[in-house]
Amino acid sequence: MSVAEQSIAGAEARGHGFMASSVGRKVVMAATGIVLFGFVTVHMIGNTQAYLGAESFNGYAKFLHTMLHGAGIWIFRAVLLAATGLHIWAAVSLTLANQAARPVGYRAQQPVASTWASRTMRWSGFILAAFIVYHLLHLTTGQAHPNFDPANPYANFVSAFKVPAAVGFYIVAQLCLGLHMWHGVWSFTQTLGLTHPRYDSLRRNFATGLTLLVVGVNISYPIAVLTGFIH
Amino acid sequence: MAKHINLTLHVWRQKNAKCDGKFVEYPAADISPDMSFLEMLDVVNEGLIRKGEEPITFDHDCREGICGQCGMVINGRPHGPKERTTSCQLHMRSFKDGDTITLEPWRAEAFPVLKDLMVDRGAFDRIIAAGGFISAPTGSPQDANALPIPKENADLAMDAAACIGCAACVAACPNASAMLFVSAKISQLALLPQGQPERYIRVRDMVAQMDAEEFGTCTNHSECEAACPKGIKMENIARMNRDFIKASLTYRPPTGGGGAG
Repeated sequence: MSVAEQSIAGAEARGHGFMASSVGRKVVMAATGIVLFGFVTVHMIGNTQAYLGAESFNGYAKFLHTMLHGAGIWIFRAVLLAATGLHIWAAVSLTLANQAARPVGYRAQQPVASTWASRTMRWSGFILAAFIVYHLLHLTTGQAHPNFDPANPYANFVSAFKVPAAVGFYIVAQLCLGLHMWHGVWSFTQTLGLTHPRYDSLRRNFATGLTLLVVGVNISYPIAVLTGFIH
Repeated sequence: MAKHINLTLHVWRQKNAKCDGKFVEYPAADISPDMSFLEMLDVVNEGLIRKGEEPITFDHDCREGICGQCGMVINGRPHGPKERTTSCQLHMRSFKDGDTITLEPWRAEAFPVLKDLMVDRGAFDRIIAAGGFISAPTGSPQDANALPIPKENADLAMDAAACIGCAACVAACPNASAMLFVSAKISQLALLPQGQPERYIRVRDMVAQMDAEEFGTCTNHSECEAACPKGIKMENIARMNRDFIKASLTYRPPTGGGGAG
């Protein structure tokens, strides 16, 4: 039993600030989550140009590298790195607090309202973090790619998905992304207080729709390569 | 008269906060399905007392579902299998002859087990003491409708005020978070004019106390809402988050001197 349990925290605890408080860290989690979900959505839309052929896809890659005289991509990378770092920090710190809050568990706790997705957020998140590292080494820097050509992203994309193990990991990661997004997108609306009975079903449908769209399109890429639709 | 049933109980027995506890098996024989769950425990305890054994300790008071005392986890669910029902209002007709029932106390770092199924929920009292009140002198009753309050707000405040502080939300939450309770106690005041002067200082103080008590944090599983015997909605947690964000953005430290006289 801590000392705090015996007294009223009052003004000095209030002074500990936003980032130390439970709700504050949840808001960090939600806000960085929006950045990351926004990114995967834009990433998915941008990559649909793979269906338009090598010229369009490589042109898009060139545009990303040259926008704002080459500064654009570094601004994006800095924001994404900061968002990812804060997201992981909030997740670890909240998870540790949550585990400490129930040192003795139940013999038989029955889940009633929670979903498989909500209960596995830390595992889907962990797999996603590992996948992001692999994905960057695979298709951005090329160390994990068998025949990487920095000048031809389209060729890298096509040859990458001819390796069954890479495709397997890619699809598992996409399914984890689906679980993570489905709970996460709904969850950030709740955490940021964006609720109203009139829009509650819309929140759930928005999460489901966005998840199906992003994961569906992302999984279509390796399938399109394997079936020879993209070659 | 309905046929009596026989049950097997697995009850968490723990002598005090310092001792380790363990599950002990007891038969509950010849139980009328018309009994409440607590009456069934009374019958089991009568038998234990007659045998010279220590009876099972559990909290209870009103036995009509409004005091919030009778918290226990019955087969992995706070207050048992029925929705919107406290343990005292749960009837034995909800169980079948031959059933095994596991009884555990609320499990949370913030709620030390005092004995068997009884926990110390003083953490909730300290959260209320940190800000769950209004300081304005209310005087004698005003004329009805002297203070305009939208019907919708009055209804929502009343719904939040239905919270009996039983802590089933904490018990059900996989993270042992108290946010449903705290948000209900914040919302019942935030929705009414009398709660406005201290609205934003209150949310900061009560959240600070909730954190100091070492409750977990909400990950939006919705288990609390499903377990709540009074149907408190998670919309209250969203309101608390909203008020906390606004309070954090607009907080200014108290200025010295001015306005005291």
